[in-house]
This record gives sequence, C-alpha cells and structure tokens, in this order.
Amino acid sequence: MLVLAFDTSTPTVSVALAEDSRVLSERNVHAANRHGELLMPLIDEVLGAVGVTAADLAAVAVGLGPGPFTGLRVGIVTAAALSDALGVHAYGVCSLGLVVYGDGERDYVVMTDARRRRVYWAHYSATEHLLGGPELDTPQSLADRFAVGRPLLVGDGAELYRDTFAGFEVVAGHPQASRLAAEVAPRVRRGDPSDALEPLYLRRPDARPPGPPKSVTPA
Amino acid sequence: MTEPIVLGIETSCDETGVGIVRGRELLADALASSVEEHARFGGVVPEVASRAHLEAMVPTVHRALDQAQLRISDIDAIAVTAGPGLAGALLVGVAAAKAYALALGKPLYGVNHLAAHVAVDRLAHGDLPEPCVAMLVSGGHSSLLLVPDVTGAVHPLGQTIDDAAGEAFDKVARVLGLPFPGGPHIDRVSADGDATSIDFPRGVVRDAPYSFTFSGLKTAVARWVEARQRNGETVPLADVAASFQEAVVDVLTRRAVLACRDHGVDHLVIGGGVAANSRLRAVATERCEAASIALRMPPPRLCTDNGAMVAALGVLLVERGVDPSPLDLPADPALSLT
Repeated sequence: MLVLAFDTSTPTVSVALAEDSRVLSERNVHAANRHGELLMPLIDEVLGAVGVTAADLAAVAVGLGPGPFTGLRVGIVTAAALSDALGVHAYGVCSLGLVVYGDGERDYVVMTDARRRRVYWAHYSATEHLLGGPELDTPQSLADRFAVGRPLLVGDGAELYRDTFAGFEVVAGHPQASRLAAEVAPRVRRGDPSDALEPLYLRRPDARPPGPPKSVTPA
Repeated sequence: MTEPIVLGIETSCDETGVGIVRGRELLADALASSVEEHARFGGVVPEVASRAHLEAMVPTVHRALDQAQLRISDIDAIAVTAGPGLAGALLVGVAAAKAYALALGKPLYGVNHLAAHVAVDRLAHGDLPEPCVAMLVSGGHSSLLLVPDVTGAVHPLGQTIDDAAGEAFDKVARVLGLPFPGGPHIDRVSADGDATSIDFPRGVVRDAPYSFTFSGLKTAVARWVEARQRNGETVPLADVAASFQEAVVDVLTRRAVLACRDHGVDHLVIGGGVAANSRLRAVATERCEAASIALRMPPPRLCTDNGAMVAALGVLLVERGVDPSPLDLPADPALSLT
C-alpha cells in the first residue's frame, strides 16, 4: 500500500513516499516561491528512489494548508489530478498538524507565515490533540492570547516574529510529508473514501467592487 | 502512427478550459468560467479566478472526457498554457497538467497562450498557412504577430502600449453603464447606433506602425459622455457605443492589413475574445478582400479562451516532433513568444 504524501503550504516543499507508515523516501526542499517548479520533479525523485512509478501508488495525501494560496494550490491540484488520473483515493489534512513539534511534555502552538504581518496558527496539547485553530491572527494578538501558559511555539511564523514572542521558547519546524503519510496510513489501509481537498484559505480574496467611474474632465 | 490525441488545459485568465483534439478534429471543448464572479468587481480578480480554477480543474477534465467519450488512458499527450497570463491562475493548470502527465506516463507540452489562439484555427479551417500574420485581440492582449511556424517561430510585430482592446471595451462599457464584460454588450447596443456620428480619435504609436493605443480613445469617450451629462443632455448610448467600436475596429483592421502588406504575407488569422465582435468580423472581411488577403477567423466559440486551442497546438507539437517540456516547467506570466 504505497502512499505518496506532500505539502506545499510553507516555503518548504515536502514530499514522501511511504509503505503504510514506514517512510521509504522523503525530500524537503526550500522552495521560496517555486513550489510549482519543484513539486513534480521531487515526486518523480521519491518514486524513482524506490524504483516505483505513479501507477504503483495506492493513495495520495496532501496538506490542505492554511498557507500562502498560490503554493498551496499547487499541492492540492496536484493531488486531485494524480488521484483522478490513477483512480486512487486522495486524503487531505490540516498542514499545521504536520509540523513536527518540540518536547512532548508541553502543549504547543504551530505558527506559519501568512504574510502581511499575520500568522496561521493552531494550538495542540502535548499529546497532539487540537485545542484551537487553525486560524489567522497578528503575532501580537497571539503573544497576548498565550501570555498565560506560554506554550512552545513551533514554525517559521513564530521565528519570523521572535521579538513579539520574547519570553516564549521558539523552535523551527515545517510540515513534513512523512508525518502526513503516517497520519493517513490507517485510512489508506481501510480504503476510506477520498476527501474533498478543499484548501484552508482562512482569508477572502482581496477585492472590492469599484465605485462609480472617476471623472476624466479636467476641473 | 495514428493521429495523436492531445488533452489541452487552459487557465491563464478566468476560464478553466479543457479540450481534446485528435489530429485536426475537435473531440471535446469543456469550459468552466468564473466570469460571473468577477462581474461585480468590473474586471477579473486574480485570486477569485485562481480559486475557481482549482475547484473546476478535475471536473472540467471529466466533462471533456465525457464529451469525447474517451478514458483518460486514451490520451497521448498533455498540453497546457504555460503563459502569458495571471501567475496564480496559470499555475493551477500547469500543476494539474504535470500531474496528469506523470500519472499517465505521457509527454507534457507547455505552450504559449498567444500561439494557441493562432493554432486553434486549424480545427475550423484546416492546416494553417505559414507564414501568416495573426492578430490577437482580447481583454488581456492586443498583438500583431508574424508566424512563420506556430510551433516555434512566432515574432511579435506590435502590441498595445496601454489597454488591451477588450479592456477598452470593458472600460467604455462601464462609462456607458453597461455590464462586464463589455464587449458583447457594446456590440449589441451598437447595432442600433450610427458609427459615423462621433469621430473618436484613432490612436497612433510613434515609430511603431503595428502597435496600438486605446487609452486615449477610452478617455475621449468618457469626456464626450461627461460633457453631455453635465449639460443635462441624454447620452445617445447606441451612437457612442457604435462610434467607439468603429474607432477600435478601424485601427485594428488597418494595422493588420498593413502588417500583411509590409511583410508580403497574404494570410491573416484573427483570434482572441474581441474577434467575436461582429463589426470587427465584418470590417476585417471587407478590407482583407480589398487587399487580396485570405482572412481566417475561428468561430466565436474558439476565439475566446478555451482548452481546445491548447490541445490543437499540442497536436502540432507532437506531429512536428518537438521535444516535450520538463517536469520543472514554470508557469510564466510574461512568457514571450521567442
């Protein structure tokens, strides 16, 4: 039961091939804004590393974000098209839960960069149960919100605003496809039906209906 | 070899198009448009378009396969618009095309949107005469191209230096209180107007005989309308629309004929959304006849953005043995023709 898993919700493109929850091959590459160029060669690479082709896959899995929209859509449409062309199930999960966290003793908040001075975040217990989120907020409002309790902060969203999170322990981390593969393994085994693969945008498109046409007559 | 069957994907603007072509035969042309979502914004909102592409992508592939009565495994190659166009919108189609190509083990061809607008005429009127001159006029483009080989050598002769022709239609429609997109509405309203009633300016670009400028024309129309409104006069909608349309059509057809003459080419292909305009079709027919130029215009359905045009160009690339694109093919919003 080979599963191809990938996530494009952050500047790191993560791709893994797993047999049940055993990872056979994984790549994590910093993409900046080149998710579209990097993803498919990386998929080709992890398949090639194990000596299989796409036709051998039993399922695909993808991180649904939240994350910057353009990169996020690359992963999701790729999963949708692979699933369609191969006739295999496709599963999607929240990307924030794929960030490998810190110490297993404290609860933690995963934060990724949402640009424009916002972060996407989700709050998890030490045993990885979702306590809050995923949501979109300013770093300051999150620093205030978590001032009591001071959970561990994980991810580039927290690293980017270290000054705002002074007094918090901040560690690096990004969504990892190997974790995604492990997470969906039971569903692959059961042959659960596909998910709808709807991106977690958490933001409306920036657009406002225009006012009346401006006058062009010189005053 | 039997004729190749190519699936073409187009997502450069607000239409999710998937076409399937076998040789010169159009087997399917499925389209999902987000134009209604953009109408209230008075123009295409890139993020709205990109979201719509993601939702529509796989369902539109299915509709195309259903129309063609084929299975995805019957497809010999995947072609996709790599640019020019809206970055986020292009990327949805390019990523999907790569996934289909990899999954099926079939070659991937990234194509130029403008070249595809030219190549699509092959489906309507048979093999393209090469060289030909092509004029592409839409909401995003206004270009004159010299086309010695539509799969390779396409040379831009001129383009708009400001608004695209279709954009001018949209902006003037707004001034006249007509809905977006403006082209079809202006065309319709103009039918009852006198195109000679107002002499709107024909913009000329200095030292660029095949280039266009529509920004001044749009402003001239707005000024003319505002002057009437200020004096409390009724604006003769049909006359304004018809006179504006005449100015655009006059400039477009004049330059296209000039480009053919100057380059000794006797075939003109007109494509793009504005090529659906009835007055442009009529005047182009008239002037080409007078100049002994063979005019080819795809039917209006194939003039606007669609997947069939991408598939049509894809078939030519396969037939001519052009190398497929690599899996790291980028979506290039500013993709040039050469």
